[in-house]
Amino acid sequence: MIRSAVLVLAGLILAAEPAFPGGIAPSDKRSGLAEMGPELQAMQRDDTAHPGMLWVQDGADLWARAPTGGAPACSGCHGEARASMRGVAARYPAWDARNGRPIDLQDRINLCRRTHQHVEPLAYESADLLGLTAFVATQSRGMPIAPPEDPRLAPARREGRALFEARMGQLGLSCAICHDDHWGRHLGAAAIPQGHPTGYPLYRLEWQGMGSLQRRLRNCMSGMRAEPYPFGAPDYIALELYLAERAAPLPVETPALRP
Amino acid sequence: MARALINLPKTAKAGDVIEIKTLISHPMETGFRPGPDGRILPRNIITEFLCRFEGEEIFRAELFPAASANPYLTFTTTATRSGTFQFTWRGDGGFDQTETATVTVA
Ligand code: HEC
Ligand code: HEC
Repeated sequence: MIRSAVLVLAGLILAAEPAFPGGIAPSDKRSGLAEMGPELQAMQRDDTAHPGMLWVQDGADLWARAPTGGAPACSGCHGEARASMRGVAARYPAWDARNGRPIDLQDRINLCRRTHQHVEPLAYESADLLGLTAFVATQSRGMPIAPPEDPRLAPARREGRALFEARMGQLGLSCAICHDDHWGRHLGAAAIPQGHPTGYPLYRLEWQGMGSLQRRLRNCMSGMRAEPYPFGAPDYIALELYLAERAAPLPVETPALRP
Repeated sequence: MARALINLPKTAKAGDVIEIKTLISHPMETGFRPGPDGRILPRNIITEFLCRFEGEEIFRAELFPAASANPYLTFTTTATRSGTFQFTWRGDGGFDQTETATVTVA
Protein backbone atom coordinates (compact mmCIF):
# COMPACT_ATOMS: atom_id res chain seq x y z
CA MET A 1 0.00 0.00 0.00
CA ILE A 2 2.69 2.48 1.05
CA ARG A 3 4.98 1.29 -1.72
CA SER A 4 2.32 1.76 -4.39
CA ALA A 5 1.61 5.25 -3.06
CA VAL A 6 5.29 6.07 -3.39
CA LEU A 7 5.30 4.73 -6.96
CA VAL A 8 2.30 6.87 -7.83
CA LEU A 9 4.10 9.87 -6.36
CA ALA A 10 7.27 9.04 -8.28
CA GLY A 11 5.15 8.97 -11.43
CA LEU A 12 3.85 12.41 -10.56
CA ILE A 13 7.34 13.79 -10.17
CA LEU A 14 8.43 12.45 -13.57
CA ALA A 15 5.29 13.70 -15.26
CA ALA A 16 5.59 17.16 -13.70
CA GLU A 17 5.07 19.63 -16.47
CA PRO A 18 2.90 22.61 -15.60
CA ALA A 19 -0.53 22.73 -17.25
CA PHE A 20 -0.43 26.53 -17.08
CA PRO A 21 2.70 28.54 -16.34
CA GLY A 22 2.70 29.72 -12.74
CA GLY A 23 -0.50 27.92 -11.82
CA ILE A 24 -4.08 27.53 -12.96
CA ALA A 25 -5.81 29.37 -15.81
CA PRO A 26 -8.46 31.73 -14.32
CA SER A 27 -11.19 30.05 -16.38
CA ASP A 28 -10.23 26.65 -14.89
CA LYS A 29 -10.22 27.80 -11.28
CA ARG A 30 -12.59 25.78 -9.12
CA SER A 31 -13.21 24.85 -5.51
CA GLY A 32 -12.65 21.37 -4.08
CA LEU A 33 -16.45 21.25 -3.88
CA ALA A 34 -16.47 20.59 -7.64
CA GLU A 35 -14.22 17.55 -7.12
CA MET A 36 -16.77 15.78 -4.90
CA GLY A 37 -19.63 13.47 -5.85
CA PRO A 38 -23.24 14.71 -5.88
CA GLU A 39 -24.09 13.19 -2.45
CA LEU A 40 -21.31 15.05 -0.66
CA GLN A 41 -22.09 18.26 -2.53
CA ALA A 42 -25.71 17.96 -1.42
CA MET A 43 -24.60 17.34 2.18
CA GLN A 44 -22.47 20.50 2.15
CA ARG A 45 -25.36 22.54 0.73
CA ASP A 46 -27.97 21.30 3.22
CA ASP A 47 -27.47 23.06 6.56
CA THR A 48 -29.82 20.59 8.22
CA ALA A 49 -27.67 17.59 7.20
CA HIS A 50 -24.24 19.23 7.52
CA PRO A 51 -22.45 18.20 10.73
CA GLY A 52 -20.26 21.33 10.49
CA MET A 53 -23.35 23.32 11.50
CA LEU A 54 -23.03 21.81 15.00
CA TRP A 55 -19.79 23.79 15.39
CA VAL A 56 -21.25 26.92 13.81
CA GLN A 57 -24.11 26.82 16.33
CA ASP A 58 -21.65 26.40 19.18
CA GLY A 59 -19.77 29.40 17.78
CA ALA A 60 -22.97 31.45 17.73
CA ASP A 61 -23.45 30.73 21.44
CA LEU A 62 -19.85 31.63 22.27
CA TRP A 63 -20.19 34.88 20.30
CA ALA A 64 -22.92 36.01 22.70
CA ARG A 65 -21.44 34.63 25.95
CA ALA A 66 -19.43 37.03 28.16
CA PRO A 67 -16.17 35.54 29.48
CA THR A 68 -15.60 35.33 33.22
CA GLY A 69 -13.87 38.45 34.51
CA GLY A 70 -16.37 41.12 33.46
CA ALA A 71 -15.21 41.83 29.88
CA PRO A 72 -17.93 42.05 27.23
CA ALA A 73 -18.90 39.17 24.92
CA CYS A 74 -17.87 39.35 21.28
CA SER A 75 -21.38 40.61 20.59
CA GLY A 76 -20.94 43.31 23.26
CA CYS A 77 -18.46 45.10 20.99
CA HIS A 78 -19.31 43.77 17.54
CA GLY A 79 -23.11 43.46 17.81
CA GLU A 80 -24.89 41.25 15.29
CA ALA A 81 -22.30 39.11 13.54
CA ARG A 82 -24.49 38.97 10.45
CA ALA A 83 -23.76 42.66 9.90
CA SER A 84 -20.40 43.28 11.57
CA MET A 85 -18.61 40.11 10.43
CA ARG A 86 -19.96 40.02 6.90
CA GLY A 87 -17.07 39.91 4.46
CA VAL A 88 -14.40 39.74 7.16
CA ALA A 89 -13.26 36.16 6.48
CA ALA A 90 -13.06 36.93 2.75
CA ARG A 91 -10.15 39.29 3.36
CA TYR A 92 -8.11 37.28 5.87
CA PRO A 93 -5.17 36.77 6.49
CA ALA A 94 -4.77 40.52 7.08
CA TRP A 95 -2.21 42.86 8.61
CA ASP A 96 -2.20 43.24 12.38
CA ALA A 97 -0.86 46.74 12.94
CA ARG A 98 -0.57 46.29 16.70
CA ASN A 99 1.97 43.48 16.39
CA GLY A 100 3.30 44.35 12.95
CA ARG A 101 2.64 40.99 11.29
CA PRO A 102 0.07 39.21 9.15
CA ILE A 103 -2.52 37.11 11.02
CA ASP A 104 -5.27 34.73 10.02
CA LEU A 105 -8.85 34.79 11.26
CA GLN A 106 -8.35 32.40 14.18
CA ASP A 107 -5.37 34.44 15.41
CA ARG A 108 -7.48 37.60 15.04
CA ILE A 109 -10.14 36.05 17.27
CA ASN A 110 -7.56 35.05 19.86
CA LEU A 111 -6.14 38.56 19.73
CA CYS A 112 -9.56 39.94 20.65
CA ARG A 113 -9.68 37.49 23.52
CA ARG A 114 -6.33 38.64 24.80
CA THR A 115 -6.43 42.40 24.21
CA HIS A 116 -10.15 43.11 24.48
CA GLN A 117 -11.48 40.38 26.75
CA HIS A 118 -8.34 39.84 28.88
CA VAL A 119 -8.66 36.05 28.80
CA GLU A 120 -6.37 33.28 27.59
CA PRO A 121 -6.30 32.52 23.87
CA LEU A 122 -8.21 29.39 22.82
CA ALA A 123 -6.05 26.39 21.88
CA TYR A 124 -5.53 25.62 18.19
CA GLU A 125 -8.01 22.99 16.95
CA SER A 126 -10.09 23.30 20.15
CA ALA A 127 -13.82 22.98 19.58
CA ASP A 128 -14.29 26.57 20.83
CA LEU A 129 -11.77 28.16 18.46
CA LEU A 130 -13.04 26.12 15.50
CA GLY A 131 -16.63 26.99 16.40
CA LEU A 132 -16.03 30.74 16.76
CA THR A 133 -13.90 30.91 13.61
CA ALA A 134 -16.47 28.92 11.64
CA PHE A 135 -19.28 31.12 12.95
CA VAL A 136 -17.45 34.31 11.96
CA ALA A 137 -16.42 32.91 8.55
CA THR A 138 -19.93 31.64 7.79
CA GLN A 139 -21.07 35.29 7.76
CA SER A 140 -19.07 35.64 4.51
CA ARG A 141 -20.57 32.60 2.83
CA GLY A 142 -20.96 33.17 -0.89
CA MET A 143 -18.80 36.30 -0.97
CA PRO A 144 -15.73 36.27 -3.23
CA ILE A 145 -12.36 35.81 -1.54
CA ALA A 146 -10.85 39.30 -1.71
CA PRO A 147 -7.30 39.51 -0.32
CA PRO A 148 -6.35 43.01 0.86
CA GLU A 149 -3.95 44.91 -1.37
CA ASP A 150 -2.06 46.13 1.71
CA PRO A 151 1.60 46.34 0.59
CA ARG A 152 2.74 45.24 4.07
CA LEU A 153 1.39 41.78 3.25
CA ALA A 154 3.42 41.44 0.05
CA PRO A 155 6.65 39.99 1.51
CA ALA A 156 4.83 37.22 3.43
CA ARG A 157 2.66 36.46 0.41
CA ARG A 158 5.79 36.12 -1.76
CA GLU A 159 7.29 33.85 0.86
CA GLY A 160 4.10 31.77 0.79
CA ARG A 161 4.36 31.35 -2.93
CA ALA A 162 8.02 30.31 -2.64
CA LEU A 163 7.03 27.70 -0.02
CA PHE A 164 4.22 26.47 -2.27
CA GLU A 165 6.61 25.95 -5.15
CA ALA A 166 9.56 24.57 -3.16
CA ARG A 167 10.23 20.87 -3.00
CA MET A 168 10.12 19.63 0.59
CA GLY A 169 10.11 16.35 2.47
CA GLN A 170 11.57 12.96 1.70
CA LEU A 171 9.57 12.52 -1.51
CA GLY A 172 10.91 15.72 -3.05
CA LEU A 173 7.41 17.02 -3.82
CA SER A 174 6.10 20.58 -3.81
CA CYS A 175 2.55 21.72 -3.19
CA ALA A 176 2.56 23.03 -6.78
CA ILE A 177 3.34 19.62 -8.29
CA CYS A 178 0.05 18.30 -6.99
CA HIS A 179 -2.18 21.37 -6.90
CA ASP A 180 -0.98 23.39 -9.93
CA ASP A 181 0.18 20.64 -12.25
CA HIS A 182 -1.91 17.57 -11.40
CA TRP A 183 -5.26 18.75 -10.09
CA GLY A 184 -8.15 16.72 -11.41
CA ARG A 185 -6.06 13.52 -11.39
CA HIS A 186 -6.22 10.87 -8.71
CA LEU A 187 -3.85 9.86 -5.97
CA GLY A 188 -5.05 6.41 -5.04
CA ALA A 189 -8.75 6.93 -4.35
CA ALA A 190 -8.49 10.67 -3.62
CA ALA A 191 -9.08 13.25 -6.34
CA ILE A 192 -6.37 15.91 -6.26
CA PRO A 193 -8.16 19.26 -5.88
CA GLN A 194 -6.66 22.58 -6.87
CA GLY A 195 -6.09 23.15 -3.16
CA HIS A 196 -8.15 26.27 -2.51
CA PRO A 197 -8.79 27.37 1.09
CA THR A 198 -12.41 28.31 0.39
CA GLY A 199 -14.20 26.47 3.17
CA TYR A 200 -12.21 26.52 6.41
CA PRO A 201 -12.76 25.62 9.14
CA LEU A 202 -14.49 22.65 7.51
CA TYR A 203 -15.93 19.26 8.36
CA ARG A 204 -13.91 16.41 6.95
CA LEU A 205 -15.44 12.94 6.95
CA GLU A 206 -12.01 11.37 7.36
CA TRP A 207 -11.45 13.45 10.50
CA GLN A 208 -14.98 12.78 11.73
CA GLY A 209 -14.88 16.36 12.80
CA MET A 210 -14.04 19.98 12.13
CA GLY A 211 -10.53 21.20 11.36
CA SER A 212 -8.69 24.36 10.44
CA LEU A 213 -6.79 25.15 7.25
CA GLN A 214 -3.57 24.58 9.20
CA ARG A 215 -4.70 21.07 10.05
CA ARG A 216 -5.32 20.47 6.33
CA LEU A 217 -1.86 21.80 5.46
CA ARG A 218 -0.28 19.57 8.10
CA ASN A 219 -2.02 16.58 6.45
CA CYS A 220 -0.58 17.51 3.05
CA MET A 221 2.89 18.01 4.56
CA SER A 222 2.84 14.60 6.26
CA GLY A 223 1.78 13.12 2.91
CA MET A 224 4.89 14.71 1.42
CA ARG A 225 6.92 13.22 4.28
CA ALA A 226 7.85 16.72 5.37
CA GLU A 227 7.91 17.82 9.01
CA PRO A 228 4.76 19.92 9.56
CA TYR A 229 5.32 23.36 11.14
CA PRO A 230 3.86 23.83 14.62
CA PHE A 231 0.34 25.32 14.75
CA GLY A 232 0.44 29.11 14.46
CA ALA A 233 3.82 29.18 12.69
CA PRO A 234 4.42 32.21 10.39
CA ASP A 235 5.06 29.75 7.52
CA TYR A 236 1.38 28.74 7.62
CA ILE A 237 0.26 32.36 7.56
CA ALA A 238 2.54 32.95 4.54
CA LEU A 239 1.06 29.91 2.77
CA GLU A 240 -2.48 31.00 3.71
CA LEU A 241 -1.82 34.46 2.22
CA TYR A 242 -0.64 32.98 -1.05
CA LEU A 243 -3.47 30.42 -1.12
CA ALA A 244 -6.04 33.20 -0.66
CA GLU A 245 -4.57 35.23 -3.54
CA ARG A 246 -4.41 32.11 -5.69
CA ALA A 247 -8.05 31.22 -4.89
CA ALA A 248 -9.61 34.69 -5.39
CA PRO A 249 -12.33 35.35 -6.49
CA LEU A 250 -13.82 31.94 -5.62
CA PRO A 251 -16.58 32.29 -3.01
CA VAL A 252 -16.17 31.56 0.71
CA GLU A 253 -17.89 28.24 1.51
CA THR A 254 -17.40 27.95 5.27
CA PRO A 255 -18.31 25.52 6.69
CA ALA A 256 -17.38 23.31 3.74
CA LEU A 257 -17.51 19.53 3.79
CA ARG A 258 -14.78 17.30 2.37
CA PRO A 259 -14.28 13.51 2.11
CA MET B 1 -25.26 18.62 26.82
CA ALA B 2 -24.46 17.67 23.29
CA ARG B 3 -25.45 20.07 20.55
CA ALA B 4 -28.45 18.75 18.59
CA LEU B 5 -30.01 20.18 15.47
CA ILE B 6 -33.58 19.24 14.61
CA ASN B 7 -35.30 20.24 11.45
CA LEU B 8 -38.93 19.79 10.52
CA PRO B 9 -41.63 21.98 9.01
CA LYS B 10 -43.23 24.33 11.57
CA THR B 11 -46.63 23.88 9.94
CA ALA B 12 -48.25 21.15 7.86
CA LYS B 13 -51.65 20.13 6.54
CA ALA B 14 -53.36 17.06 8.00
CA GLY B 15 -52.26 14.04 5.98
CA ASP B 16 -48.97 15.63 4.79
CA VAL B 17 -45.91 13.42 4.93
CA ILE B 18 -43.29 15.49 6.73
CA GLU B 19 -39.55 14.91 6.81
CA ILE B 20 -37.74 15.10 10.13
CA LYS B 21 -33.96 15.54 10.20
CA THR B 22 -31.81 15.19 13.30
CA LEU B 23 -28.13 15.70 13.89
CA ILE B 24 -26.34 15.37 17.21
CA SER B 25 -22.77 16.01 18.19
CA HIS B 26 -21.21 12.80 19.48
CA PRO B 27 -17.76 11.16 18.96
CA MET B 28 -19.17 7.64 18.31
CA GLU B 29 -15.89 6.15 19.53
CA THR B 30 -15.94 2.56 18.27
CA GLY B 31 -14.06 0.85 21.08
CA PHE B 32 -11.60 -0.61 18.57
CA ARG B 33 -9.29 2.35 17.99
CA PRO B 34 -6.04 2.95 19.85
CA GLY B 35 -5.65 6.40 21.43
CA PRO B 36 -2.51 8.56 21.31
CA ASP B 37 -0.89 6.39 24.01
CA GLY B 38 -1.51 3.17 22.06
CA ARG B 39 -4.23 1.93 24.41
CA ILE B 40 -7.66 1.08 23.05
CA LEU B 41 -10.10 3.92 23.67
CA PRO B 42 -13.21 2.76 25.51
CA ARG B 43 -16.33 2.44 23.41
CA ASN B 44 -18.50 5.54 23.59
CA ILE B 45 -21.41 5.46 21.18
CA ILE B 46 -25.07 6.31 21.01
CA THR B 47 -26.91 2.99 21.02
CA GLU B 48 -30.49 4.08 20.68
CA PHE B 49 -32.55 6.85 19.18
CA LEU B 50 -36.27 7.26 19.49
CA CYS B 51 -38.88 9.77 18.51
CA ARG B 52 -42.25 10.16 20.18
CA PHE B 53 -45.19 12.29 19.11
CA GLU B 54 -47.40 13.35 22.02
CA GLY B 55 -45.98 10.44 24.03
CA GLU B 56 -46.48 7.80 21.37
CA GLU B 57 -43.40 6.20 19.81
CA ILE B 58 -43.26 6.80 16.05
CA PHE B 59 -39.66 5.97 15.17
CA ARG B 60 -36.82 4.02 16.76
CA ALA B 61 -33.29 3.18 15.63
CA GLU B 62 -30.44 1.17 17.09
CA LEU B 63 -26.93 2.42 16.44
CA PHE B 64 -23.71 0.39 16.29
CA PRO B 65 -19.98 1.14 16.42
CA ALA B 66 -19.76 1.49 12.63
CA ALA B 67 -21.87 4.67 12.63
CA SER B 68 -19.91 7.85 11.91
CA ALA B 69 -19.39 10.61 14.45
CA ASN B 70 -22.18 13.19 14.82
CA PRO B 71 -24.90 10.85 13.59
CA TYR B 72 -27.49 12.20 11.20
CA LEU B 73 -30.88 10.47 11.20
CA THR B 74 -33.76 11.37 8.98
CA PHE B 75 -37.22 9.83 8.70
CA THR B 76 -40.75 10.75 7.72
CA THR B 77 -44.11 10.70 9.46
CA THR B 78 -47.64 11.65 8.55
CA ALA B 79 -48.90 14.83 10.19
CA THR B 80 -52.24 14.21 11.88
CA ARG B 81 -52.64 16.97 14.46
CA SER B 82 -50.68 19.72 16.17
CA GLY B 83 -48.34 18.58 18.90
CA THR B 84 -44.85 18.01 20.22
CA PHE B 85 -42.18 15.62 19.04
CA GLN B 86 -39.74 14.32 21.61
CA PHE B 87 -36.36 13.08 20.42
CA THR B 88 -34.22 10.94 22.71
CA TRP B 89 -30.68 9.70 22.21
CA ARG B 90 -29.23 7.18 24.68
CA GLY B 91 -25.84 5.54 24.79
CA ASP B 92 -22.69 4.49 26.59
CA GLY B 93 -21.61 6.22 29.78
CA GLY B 94 -25.20 7.08 30.70
CA PHE B 95 -25.64 9.34 27.67
CA ASP B 96 -29.27 10.40 27.67
CA GLN B 97 -30.53 13.50 25.95
CA THR B 98 -33.98 14.63 24.97
CA GLU B 99 -34.98 17.54 22.73
CA THR B 100 -38.41 18.67 21.59
CA ALA B 101 -39.93 20.38 18.57
CA THR B 102 -43.51 21.24 17.71
CA VAL B 103 -45.61 21.16 14.58
CA THR B 104 -48.84 23.02 13.93
CA VAL B 105 -51.28 21.12 11.76
CA ALA B 106 -53.99 23.19 10.14
C1 HEC C 1 -13.95 45.13 24.03
C2 HEC C 1 -14.38 45.11 22.64
C3 HEC C 1 -14.14 43.82 21.85
C4 HEC C 1 -14.50 42.54 22.19
C5 HEC C 1 -15.12 42.04 23.46
C6 HEC C 1 -14.15 41.73 21.04
N1 HEC C 1 -13.61 42.49 20.05
FE1 HEC C 1 -13.13 41.86 18.20
N2 HEC C 1 -12.43 43.71 17.77
C7 HEC C 1 -12.46 44.82 18.60
C8 HEC C 1 -11.76 45.92 17.98
C9 HEC C 1 -11.55 47.32 18.58
C10 HEC C 1 -11.31 45.45 16.72
C11 HEC C 1 -10.48 46.22 15.67
C12 HEC C 1 -9.05 45.79 15.75
C13 HEC C 1 -8.38 46.13 17.07
O1 HEC C 1 -8.28 47.29 17.38
O2 HEC C 1 -8.02 45.19 17.79
C14 HEC C 1 -11.76 44.06 16.62
C15 HEC C 1 -11.57 43.27 15.50
C16 HEC C 1 -12.10 42.00 15.33
C17 HEC C 1 -12.07 41.24 14.11
C18 HEC C 1 -11.47 41.68 12.80
C19 HEC C 1 -12.46 42.51 12.04
C20 HEC C 1 -11.92 43.04 10.74
O3 HEC C 1 -12.69 43.75 10.08
O4 HEC C 1 -10.77 42.76 10.38
C21 HEC C 1 -12.69 40.05 14.35
C22 HEC C 1 -12.90 38.90 13.37
C23 HEC C 1 -13.10 40.06 15.74
N3 HEC C 1 -12.74 41.26 16.29
C24 HEC C 1 -13.74 39.01 16.36
C25 HEC C 1 -14.03 38.99 17.73
C26 HEC C 1 -14.51 37.85 18.42
C27 HEC C 1 -14.81 36.48 17.79
C28 HEC C 1 -14.67 38.21 19.72
C29 HEC C 1 -15.09 37.34 20.90
C30 HEC C 1 -14.20 36.23 21.18
C31 HEC C 1 -14.29 39.61 19.82
N4 HEC C 1 -13.89 40.05 18.59
C32 HEC C 1 -14.37 40.35 20.99
C33 HEC C 1 -13.08 44.86 19.82
C34 HEC C 1 -13.57 43.77 20.51
C1 HEC D 1 0.92 14.36 -3.26
C2 HEC D 1 0.00 15.38 -3.67
C3 HEC D 1 -0.19 16.58 -2.74
C4 HEC D 1 0.76 17.46 -2.29
C5 HEC D 1 2.25 17.44 -2.58
C6 HEC D 1 0.06 18.46 -1.52
N1 HEC D 1 -1.27 18.18 -1.47
FE1 HEC D 1 -2.71 19.36 -0.76
N2 HEC D 1 -4.11 17.95 -1.17
C7 HEC D 1 -3.86 16.76 -1.82
C8 HEC D 1 -5.09 15.97 -1.87
C9 HEC D 1 -5.25 14.58 -2.49
C10 HEC D 1 -6.07 16.74 -1.21
C11 HEC D 1 -7.55 16.37 -0.99
C12 HEC D 1 -7.69 15.42 0.14
C13 HEC D 1 -9.12 15.02 0.36
O1 HEC D 1 -9.95 15.91 0.54
O2 HEC D 1 -9.37 13.85 0.36
C14 HEC D 1 -5.42 17.99 -0.81
C15 HEC D 1 -6.07 19.05 -0.19
C16 HEC D 1 -5.52 20.30 -0.02
C17 HEC D 1 -6.26 21.49 0.38
C18 HEC D 1 -7.74 21.53 0.71
C19 HEC D 1 -8.60 21.86 -0.46
C20 HEC D 1 -10.07 21.93 -0.09
O3 HEC D 1 -10.88 21.89 -1.00
O4 HEC D 1 -10.41 22.01 1.09
C21 HEC D 1 -5.35 22.52 0.46
C22 HEC D 1 -5.65 23.95 0.85
C23 HEC D 1 -4.05 21.97 0.13
N3 HEC D 1 -4.20 20.63 -0.17
C24 HEC D 1 -2.87 22.70 0.13
C25 HEC D 1 -1.61 22.09 0.01
C26 HEC D 1 -0.37 22.78 0.27
C27 HEC D 1 -0.23 24.21 0.74
C28 HEC D 1 0.63 21.87 0.03
C29 HEC D 1 2.12 22.05 0.24
C30 HEC D 1 2.52 22.29 1.62
C31 HEC D 1 -0.01 20.64 -0.45
N4 HEC D 1 -1.35 20.82 -0.41
C32 HEC D 1 0.68 19.53 -0.90
C33 HEC D 1 -2.66 16.37 -2.39
C34 HEC D 1 -1.47 17.02 -2.20
